[in-house]
Amino acid sequence: MSTPIAGAEAIEDTLDRMAQALVALLQRDPRQVAVIGVRTGGCWVAEALIPRLAGPLGAQLAGPPGCLDPGFYRDDFDTVGVPPAVRPSHLPVAVDDRQVLLVDDVLYTGRTIRAALNGVFDYGRPALVRLAVLAIRPGQELPIVPDVAGGVYPVPAQGRLQLQGPESLSLHLLPPVAAERPAP
Amino acid sequence: MSPAPAPGRLHHLLQIEGLGRELLFQLLDTAESFLPVTQRAVKKVPLLRGKTVVNLFFEPSTRTRMTFELAAERLSADVFSLDVAHSSTKKGETLLDTLRNLEAMQMDLLVVRHPLSGAAAFFAAHAAPHVRVLNAGDGRHAHPTQALLDLFTIRRHRPDLGELRVAILGDVLHSRVARSQIAALRLAGVREIRVGGPRTLLPPALESLGVQVFDCVEQALADVDVIITLRLQQERMQGGHLPSTAEYFRRFGLTEQRLRRASPEAIVMHPGPINRGVEIASEVADGERSVILEQVSNGVAVRMAVMALALGAEPAPAEA
Repeated sequence: MSTPIAGAEAIEDTLDRMAQALVALLQRDPRQVAVIGVRTGGCWVAEALIPRLAGPLGAQLAGPPGCLDPGFYRDDFDTVGVPPAVRPSHLPVAVDDRQVLLVDDVLYTGRTIRAALNGVFDYGRPALVRLAVLAIRPGQELPIVPDVAGGVYPVPAQGRLQLQGPESLSLHLLPPVAAERPAP
Repeated sequence: MSPAPAPGRLHHLLQIEGLGRELLFQLLDTAESFLPVTQRAVKKVPLLRGKTVVNLFFEPSTRTRMTFELAAERLSADVFSLDVAHSSTKKGETLLDTLRNLEAMQMDLLVVRHPLSGAAAFFAAHAAPHVRVLNAGDGRHAHPTQALLDLFTIRRHRPDLGELRVAILGDVLHSRVARSQIAALRLAGVREIRVGGPRTLLPPALESLGVQVFDCVEQALADVDVIITLRLQQERMQGGHLPSTAEYFRRFGLTEQRLRRASPEAIVMHPGPINRGVEIASEVADGERSVILEQVSNGVAVRMAVMALALGAEPAPAEA
């Protein structure tokens, strides 16, 4: 077990702050909000944000959060093949003409979010998409910047930032693991 | 010649025999992930963008060819189907020359159906190293994707595979589907596999495949959870196997009355095309226990999984 760089309490505080900022952002537009987490950590963060958003947003929240697996949209099929354990995506509310709030745990290269955006657009045409991430790890390779982020965590080149959950969320810095797939 | 595939990875898919159990379930799980893709508004993912898939069919086929085409298209591959009735093979081109020409068109994946057993293996043995070959039915030998989609359909209804009794009814002698199904069901670890039909349509030494053989359909059906009816392959028969199709239906056809012998929740399957009133009664084929059309839908997701896993790169070597 590694020591978390952000434990359960710190994450709860971060989620409170993120929710506040998100409510202010989402209320600028009158359209309904569809929350979609990116498998796996992003879905946990989305689940944790929902009760914090439900009160202030009220009927503007379109429904329960979706969970999107962007595995089939990744750009590394030719180097790593079919991602293992891609599970069916579950989007319980339509995205058409809504504000989509895309939620992920860690934004690193940006390639996962690029894949997730392509995935979302295969379900319909959102009015707009906002991005919220619990943590930013510097090293973006694409012009993708979150609208709301919980914090910035520089990580040594070979390390990994991992959200553990889903019961109690905590953020961990992991050393590289043998046979680990390249970070998305 | 193609290099030896890495163990546990899908390279070519020529038959079920030889696949590992882990790979079998990886195929089914991957198909499960593709299934919702085939049901949503945009039925496409970009996984095989830029790849070229060729369907080479030397035998007529509707379902298999169309679902292979759809599967390739839903993975965003470029796909073309070569109907051999309209191709150079009719003009005398050898299989090897056909293969070389398709490779010259930068083909990545070849889907082959051929009336001769071993045809797909021939293509696999001679294909360029980057080309993958999928068997879409060769003679009486194998039809692995059909067996996979049948197993996938069974598992969606009855995840407790280890508890199941499965009966395969009909013309096993001419059926590559039955051979592949038996191999897949055994690999998946189902409790009991039964085969039932007229002795003239059951190959000798069938028991050696690990199945129970019945020439009385009623006995074969007792308490089974899954019934797979096979098409009576009249085009492959040279006479002498059966007095008539009417007689076959009377003695071996799956009727509502016979269906009552099976477990009350039993599902009825058929690889298609069905001969109504020959191997299966219309009321049963269209009845509430029938999952025949579901098999067709599932076929697309299963073939997507096979194509994606066959064409996917070997996993990157572990970094130190």
